[in-house]
Amino acid sequence: MNQEGIRDRLVSKFGEDVVSDATMFRDQLCVTVTKDKIREICRFLRDEPDLAFNFLSFVGAVDNYPRTPRFEVVYQLNSLRHNHRFRIKVRVEEAEGGLGSVDSVVDVWPTADWHERETAEMYGITFNDHPDPRKLLLPEHWTVFPLRKDFPLEGTDDTPDLPPQTN
Amino acid sequence: MSEQVRRMEDFESEIMELNLGPHHPSTHGVFRAIVELDGETVVNVTPYLGYLHRGYEKTCENKHYHQVIPLTERCDYMGASSNSLVFCLTVEKILDVEVPERAQVIRVMFAELSRIFSHLFWLGTHAHDVGAMTPLFYNLREREEIMNLFELTAGGRLMPNYLRIGGVVQDLADGFVERLRAFTEHFDRRVDEYETLLTKNAIYMDRTQGVGVLPLNDAIALGASGPMIRGSGLAWDIRKSEPYCGYETYDFNVAVENGCDIYARYLVRIKEMRESNRILKQALEKLPEGPIRSRQAGVIFPPQEEIYTRMESLIHHFMLVVEGLKPPVGEYYQCIESPRGELGCYLVSDGGPRPYRLKWRAPAFVNLESLTLMSKGNLFADLIAILSSVDIVLAEVDR
Repeated sequence: MNQEGIRDRLVSKFGEDVVSDATMFRDQLCVTVTKDKIREICRFLRDEPDLAFNFLSFVGAVDNYPRTPRFEVVYQLNSLRHNHRFRIKVRVEEAEGGLGSVDSVVDVWPTADWHERETAEMYGITFNDHPDPRKLLLPEHWTVFPLRKDFPLEGTDDTPDLPPQTN
Repeated sequence: MSEQVRRMEDFESEIMELNLGPHHPSTHGVFRAIVELDGETVVNVTPYLGYLHRGYEKTCENKHYHQVIPLTERCDYMGASSNSLVFCLTVEKILDVEVPERAQVIRVMFAELSRIFSHLFWLGTHAHDVGAMTPLFYNLREREEIMNLFELTAGGRLMPNYLRIGGVVQDLADGFVERLRAFTEHFDRRVDEYETLLTKNAIYMDRTQGVGVLPLNDAIALGASGPMIRGSGLAWDIRKSEPYCGYETYDFNVAVENGCDIYARYLVRIKEMRESNRILKQALEKLPEGPIRSRQAGVIFPPQEEIYTRMESLIHHFMLVVEGLKPPVGEYYQCIESPRGELGCYLVSDGGPRPYRLKWRAPAFVNLESLTLMSKGNLFADLIAILSSVDIVLAEVDR
C-alpha cells in the first residue's frame, strides 16, 4: 500500500482530527498524529492485515527549541510482510515545571523499550507506563538532558563527571 | 544413619547475582550485565550500557555534513564503509543528487569488503569465545588482505574514510582491481578452510546447536535484523527488499537458516561471506569508466585536479570547506544492510550547514535487546557464546 493509502486508513479509522500535519519530502510521507491516541494508532497499524507494521525501526525525538510545541517523537515503522515503511510523529509540549510525556508503545513493539529509555534520558520526555523507566546510556545521577538544543556541546555547570577545564 | 542423610530439597537455595563486565574479554568492549543465576542456570540478565557513550548524535549536530563522515565510521569500526555509505546516501537523497555509475560500483565493493571484514573478525572472536583458538589466526590472514586493499586506495586500514557525499574521494589506486580480483579468486577456498575447523566440529556443534534460541516472532518484535533474523528463518535483506547503490543488478542469494540458534547465525554469516565474494566478482566485471563524483557546483566537491586549474572550482571548493553544504529543509530515513543488520540514518535538515538532527539506528544496539530472552534458561557459560553470536560492536551500541 502506498503511503497516502496508509494515511487515509488512519483518517477513516480515527477521524479527520487524528492527522494534524502531513509532509511529503523525497517520496517519504511523515504524518503527525494526535498524542493521546498514539497507542491505539500503533496497535491499529500493527494489527491491520493490509498494514501489518510488525517491525519498529526506531523511536527517536527531535527538539524544535525555541518553537512550540517543543518536541516531536518519531516512530519509524516497517512491515516485513508487505515491505513498506511509514513514519509517524507526535508533538510533545514541555509541561509547566515538569517534563512532557507521551504513552509508551513497548506493549505494541517490545523493541521500543531501549529506544524510549534513550529518548527519555536524552530529551527529558516521560514515556507513560514504560515497564522499566531507568536511564540507559547515561548514569542514573545525571539530571541534565544532553540532546536538547539548549544544552551546550561542552556541558553545563551542573553536568556531573566532566573532566576539569584545562585551558 | 538414615537420619543423617540430608536431601537436596532440605537445602535452601537462592538466586545469586553475578556481575559480568564491564571489562570482560567476551564483551569485546565495555559492556556490563548483572546476571541472576540459579546454580549454573541463567534466570535473568540485565544489561547496563553506556560505558562507551560519546555523544555521537550530539557531536554530529555540531559538525558540517562532510565532517560527520569520519565520525560515522567510528560507530561501527568493523564495517566502517557501511556507516559512511548510509550517511552519504541519506544526504544525497535530501540533496537529490545522482551518484555516477562508477562510484556506485566502487561503493558496493567497499560495502561488501567491509561485510567480509566484519564477518571474518566476528568468526575468529566468536570461535575464540567458545574455546576454539585456531580460526582467529586464519581469519586475520584474510582480514589483513582486506586492510591492505583499504590502505592502498584510501589510506586508512580499519576506517578507510573513503566515501564522500556525491561519490568517493578519489579513484581506485593502481593495482587495486588486480589485487581485489586475486582476493576474490582464492577467498572461497579460504572459507572452505574455516568451515573445516567449525561446521562439523562436534564440540562446536554441541556448544551452539539449540543454544540461544530466538524464535522468529520474538526476533521481529524485538527489532532484530541482519544475521540475527535471517538465522531465525526470515529471508529479509535490505539489499533485496529496498535496493540501493544498484544492488538490484547483482545476482546473489539471501543467506537464511531455520535453526534460530547460534549455529544458524554462524551458518548465515559463512554463507554471506561467500555471497559477498560473488558480488565482488560481479562488481569487478561491471566496473565502468567514468567520473567518481557527481558534479553539482556548491554542493559536491569539484574534482581535485580542477581546483588547481579552474578559478570557479577553487571558489566552490573553498566555500564548501568554509561554509559547508546546505541541503534543503526536509527529513529522510535511509537504511542499508550493514554486516549487523538494518543500519539506518534519520536526518532532519533545517537548511543549515549542520544536520539539525541525526538519529542513528544502530543494528547492534537493537540486536542486543534480544540477549535477555535468548539467555534465560541457558547455562552461564552459554551466555558468553550467545553474547558473541549477536556480534555486537560496543562503539555502535553506545554511540
